Amino acid sequence: MSPSHQALSIPGLEAVYDHLATAIDQAGPEKASLFLVKLALLNANALADAELFQQHVQVALQDL
Amino acid sequence: MHQPTTEPRPSLYYPYQVFQPWRPSEHPKQDRKQVVIVGSGPAGMVTALELARHGVPSVLVTAELQFSQGSRAICFTRRSMEILQQVGVADRMTEGGLPWRFGNSFYRGQRVFRMEAPHDPDDRFFPIINVQQQYMEEYLYDACAAQPLIDFRWGNKLVWLSQQDGGAELLLDTPEGEYTLEADWVVAADGGRSPIRTAMDLQMEGASYEGFFVIADIRIDLPLPTERLAYFDPEWNPGNTILMHREPHGIWRVDYQLPEGETPEEALRPDSLTQRIDAQLEMIGFGGTLWEMDWSSVYSARTLTLPDFLHGRVIFTGDAAHLLPIFGVRGANTAFQDAQSLGWHLAFVVKGLASPALLANHSAERVGAAREIIDEAGKSVRFMTPPAGGFQLLRDAVLSLSLSQAFVRPLYHWRTSRPHEYTGSALNSAGDDNALFTDGPAHGAPPRNIRLAANDFLLDHLGGGFDLLYFTEAEAIPPTLQAVVTAARARGVPLQVIAVGASRPVAGADQTLADADGHFRQRYGVQTSGAAYLLRPDQHVCARWLTLDATRLQAALTTVLPH
Repeated sequence: MSPSHQALSIPGLEAVYDHLATAIDQAGPEKASLFLVKLALLNANALADAELFQQHVQVALQDL
Repeated sequence: MHQPTTEPRPSLYYPYQVFQPWRPSEHPKQDRKQVVIVGSGPAGMVTALELARHGVPSVLVTAELQFSQGSRAICFTRRSMEILQQVGVADRMTEGGLPWRFGNSFYRGQRVFRMEAPHDPDDRFFPIINVQQQYMEEYLYDACAAQPLIDFRWGNKLVWLSQQDGGAELLLDTPEGEYTLEADWVVAADGGRSPIRTAMDLQMEGASYEGFFVIADIRIDLPLPTERLAYFDPEWNPGNTILMHREPHGIWRVDYQLPEGETPEEALRPDSLTQRIDAQLEMIGFGGTLWEMDWSSVYSARTLTLPDFLHGRVIFTGDAAHLLPIFGVRGANTAFQDAQSLGWHLAFVVKGLASPALLANHSAERVGAAREIIDEAGKSVRFMTPPAGGFQLLRDAVLSLSLSQAFVRPLYHWRTSRPHEYTGSALNSAGDDNALFTDGPAHGAPPRNIRLAANDFLLDHLGGGFDLLYFTEAEAIPPTLQAVVTAARARGVPLQVIAVGASRPVAGADQTLADADGHFRQRYGVQTSGAAYLLRPDQHVCARWLTLDATRLQAALTTVLPH
């Protein structure tokens, strides 16, 4: 993926890292998937770009 | 010997009449028939009525002596009503029906989506009307019985069918034994389990979904309006969906999805039905209200179609041709469109006004419609009864988000049945001005209805053949156009000319519609005199011109009736 001018700063990325990890634990193992799907839908709506979302899906599917 | 039951079917609200079987001994030896229709459901009866409207006689055979058991189809769309208007039963449907246009979806006790179907002042009929299927069949049957071109034979069960060159032979069993019938064409309108389809070993294409629904009709007095109610993932039935509809005669339809792994037999046990319907009533605030079971059945969603409806001299229609999910009211509503299409295509071939290539067009158009419906209905099914895994997860995420986030709520709006547009039809005129119009119904689309006056609409004026809408303020249809119309009629092509826009009757037109305020012309994207639309006998647009001339009218008629 090409670098975006909207890329997170290092402190910002670190904050997302911690928030997401904590939230996954807060949701608990049974609800973690549901939580992540909700988050993905909210982020997709904020992106407002179905094609870009599709690219993100492909990147995330790599190297699992 | 075929011995159909003569016991009236049980019902809390519908008094079943048991009809007398048609007995071969009471009739002379049977001559060869032009069309035999197998099946007396909505598809079979509308096909017979449409054929008769075009002057073609048919024999309609049904194994039964009564209308269908239980209400089955209950929701009929505006387009279905427009089709039923053409065969003369829309008024009875309206009298006996409950129209509606709102739907509500609930999750965790909150109404998370309200669907409001538009009701344009130009439309005569509501988006949907609820009528029990037995009544709809009764209205259609009464119309068939009043039509001398329809030979309706109760208690005649098809045993065997074989095709020879240019025709078919049918072996029919009756309460006094068998007889044979020869036919030029056979319409297989014998339902979702079509014995003809099975006997001919024809495979359908598409998908079957997991997940069963119970469909139950109960008599209960609920002080709720006629609106669709959908409940997702309720506490009494976790993960599953429940639908409710008000029907006429104090009946409510309750559909609920079964927990995974439960068999239909288990689900239909009386104690299971009682417990679940009580739980549903409790959830919506009417716990303890007395109710009585009328009819129940089990249903699973399938999106299947034959890839071709035409097999030699046998033409499949309605559920015999495709199996579509109930979500979006696509069963009978699709069957009406199939039958309306088949009626005129077959009639014009039988009358020699077009070659059998016209029937290939019918199949192509309606298979295309079935595939479009399957594509749309698949989306609805994957929301209503999501397959385990990703679809389940996404659906649950949407339910959860919908409590606070408006952007996901439109996903609750499953698409309802709508008329297919035959955009790519081989019958559309290539040399017309379709692409130059900026408004109005395009190639293959059904017409837009127009309110002309109180209780007077454009669609009331159409039917029985081709309709040429000619927009003019002149005193007469140009003589060159009149010559083309006259020549077509001389060949036996029914063609009505409707002049639009003149204040006095236009010479050469069968009817003149004034359009004083220009509303009609605006809805059809017409700015100047001389524009025209040609509507097929099923009312769909096959040509439209900004300025019509005789050569192009003739070209359009040649395209639409291939020889």
